[in-house]
Amino acid sequence: MANIDRRIVFILVALAVIIPMLLSINLPVSVSEPTQKFYDYVEDLPAGSTIMIAFDYGPSSLAELNPMAKALLKQCFDRDIRVIGITLVVDAPTLASALIQEVAAEKGAVEGEDYVFLGFRPGAVQVILGMGTDIASVYDTDYNGTAIGEIPMMQNITNYDQIDLLVDFTSSDTVESWIVYANDEYNQKIAAGVTGVIIAQMFPYLQTGQLVGLLSGILGAAEYENLIGAPAKGMQWINVESFVHLLIVVLVVIGNISYFIHRTREE
Amino acid sequence: MDFWSLIGIWVAAFLTLSIYSVLYRDNPFYRFAEHLFVGVSVGYGIVLSIYQGFIPLAWKPFAAAITGESMSGFIKLIPICIGLLFFARLSPRHTWLIRYPIAILIGFGSGIAIPKVLRANIFEQTHGTIAPFAEIAAGTLSGWDIFEAVLIVVGVICTLTYFFFAVEHRGPVKWLSKVGIAFLMIGFGSAFGNTVMGRVALLIQRVDFLLNDWIGAILTIF
Repeated sequence: MANIDRRIVFILVALAVIIPMLLSINLPVSVSEPTQKFYDYVEDLPAGSTIMIAFDYGPSSLAELNPMAKALLKQCFDRDIRVIGITLVVDAPTLASALIQEVAAEKGAVEGEDYVFLGFRPGAVQVILGMGTDIASVYDTDYNGTAIGEIPMMQNITNYDQIDLLVDFTSSDTVESWIVYANDEYNQKIAAGVTGVIIAQMFPYLQTGQLVGLLSGILGAAEYENLIGAPAKGMQWINVESFVHLLIVVLVVIGNISYFIHRTREE
Repeated sequence: MDFWSLIGIWVAAFLTLSIYSVLYRDNPFYRFAEHLFVGVSVGYGIVLSIYQGFIPLAWKPFAAAITGESMSGFIKLIPICIGLLFFARLSPRHTWLIRYPIAILIGFGSGIAIPKVLRANIFEQTHGTIAPFAEIAAGTLSGWDIFEAVLIVVGVICTLTYFFFAVEHRGPVKWLSKVGIAFLMIGFGSAFGNTVMGRVALLIQRVDFLLNDWIGAILTIF
């Protein structure tokens, strides 16, 4: 077993992905407390509220974060919650803009009235702090070049005081910057959706209340899709993911057993 | 589906398969895709930085000041000139000039970050660790919540003890630090498990693309 060709493991993983995907197997998805808190907070916002979504991820994290961002956008547009999209990541604007427009088209949301995408500005800390005073001082135009003063939904929005929730979808430490500079300085309520790689370091912020909710990778996306009653890629992929995890557990067990047998024989 | 979307799907499928081909063994297709990815990523980042950072924030206001549209653009000359000092690194005689923008960046960063990071990451976290004990005293926590609160305090104390090197790890300190190691291992295990979940999600997304978009596009032709 110790000398097994690793390509056999790759083939097994590939099969564990392809077969459940072709068979469209549906496993039950239970909702974790951090996801439920996130959903409840958004659900409790009255119609006409404003959520700022920071799409702080590039193409490499699209698989985990796009499904949860899509689910949140659907919930917002369904509940007449206005959305301001921004990003602190240079390679995110094209993806984020396309995603918002796709969901807006599906839900009949109107650009400038129900949502606006402001795009990217360099200098994450300066952007976060600047918007606490005046959003227009950082974003004088939206992503399309329309002056911010000419956008109907931005008429009564000056700074974080008019933002009911800030959601950061990220694969990096930007959520910590939002907590340090927006939550701590301006008392802005923050929720986050992050990749599996950084989820462990986010839980302390949830426990202290610095985050009002937290979505964890593709599992968080599946849970959120389940809550809004709109199954999509998240729920489809978490089913496949479960089979791969099962395979990995089996391989870990086999690997450990073979290791101990090998060590016993050597002794 | 239009022609260019179809071309995009085929290029994406070719590059995806090229990258995964390294799982069999290193080959020219993998190296081509890898180098293309690095090159395109850097090029894309530079172009976006120019169009979404430099042009709207530096060039346009400065150009407006030169043409007399808005004199406030001249103020931009100060950060532009400080930023240009980074290029002093290219001239050995003027390398020392780079100290000025670096000093400003570090000074600004430290001044802004240190008090806020201390408050958000140290004071708030400490408060979050001990706050449940006030609720225990008030009798508002359930048995499970009390267990969680105690577990967190034990974990924090033991883990910090492991990193406390001012005293030799013998006797009770040794055992506290051993418990701390157990908490660290659980934390690392959780982080690793979540990392695996994230990486598998990337694979699933690409397989989904190959099965549904690429093969789906092929099937529509026939």
